Amino acid sequence: MKFLKFLLVGVFFGIVMAKSEAMSWYRIQEMFRFQSFHMYGIIGSAVALGVVGVALIKRFKVKDIQGNPIQFAAKEPGWIKALLGGSLFGMGWAITGACPGPIVVNLGYGYWPFAIVFVSAVVGTYAYGLVRDKLPH
Amino acid sequence: MLIAGVMLTLNFFGKSFGVSSNLRTVCAAVLRPKAKFFDFNWRNELWNLVFLGGSALGGFVAHQYLTAPGTDVVQLAPSTVADLQALGFTAPEGMQPSELYGAAGMQDPKTWIFLVAGGLLIGFGTRYAGGCTSGHAISGLSNLQLPSLIAVIGFFAGGLLMTHVFFPYLF
Repeated sequence: MKFLKFLLVGVFFGIVMAKSEAMSWYRIQEMFRFQSFHMYGIIGSAVALGVVGVALIKRFKVKDIQGNPIQFAAKEPGWIKALLGGSLFGMGWAITGACPGPIVVNLGYGYWPFAIVFVSAVVGTYAYGLVRDKLPH
Repeated sequence: MLIAGVMLTLNFFGKSFGVSSNLRTVCAAVLRPKAKFFDFNWRNELWNLVFLGGSALGGFVAHQYLTAPGTDVVQLAPSTVADLQALGFTAPEGMQPSELYGAAGMQDPKTWIFLVAGGLLIGFGTRYAGGCTSGHAISGLSNLQLPSLIAVIGFFAGGLLMTHVFFPYLF
């Protein structure tokens, strides 16, 4: 059952997304209208703690569960892809009110129309794979 | 804060926290396209699909067992409620607006177009950018990655453009 631990972390993540209301379209609208601290608190505290956690892991050369040093892959450089791709995603995030994680959390929660969003997102990634070589990165 | 715990736990398991790469895995495993971008051993990413499945299960558990019926009405900022009312959205009666995710919304073809277009933008944009909120905003920024900072600026540029410029024409 080497996958069980990932299932459990996923369940925890889903519960956090639901109970923090980060899965709500309303909360994303509130964020993009700068009318509440709610989402900034959720994302900001995650990043703040994440920065400290990653720095500590690097500083003390923490090993993972299999005894290998924990490594952090550098993100591929390129500001064009980050800015253009990011903006396209941001527009989709604002319309649907969900990023990829909350799409499936919403499905589990019982908001079935998110199936349309999920299938479309898979198709969108497929389309990117087809035209990838023609795009500036 | 708990989300950082999710990321660090996955790090401890020898993995990294990034949800949108699952979309690429689903493409490779289910649609089996010929493009080089999908030519990788998707079986190595099964752990992440299991995580994704767990997230859906988490949503189910939160709704069924951790939320009393009718108590998940989002207490939105009054200014947001007013702004959304001006666009034709009623005040929240749950986690999601019925205009987009309720039975009434589903009867309007316009809603389908929005959800399909939104999904396409999410799928295309996240892979183009190389990550979403989890991969860039949480994992990338935690690792002080410059491409992630640029991507997050892009997320907001797109989100603000959609909300403040396009929404009045769409809704």
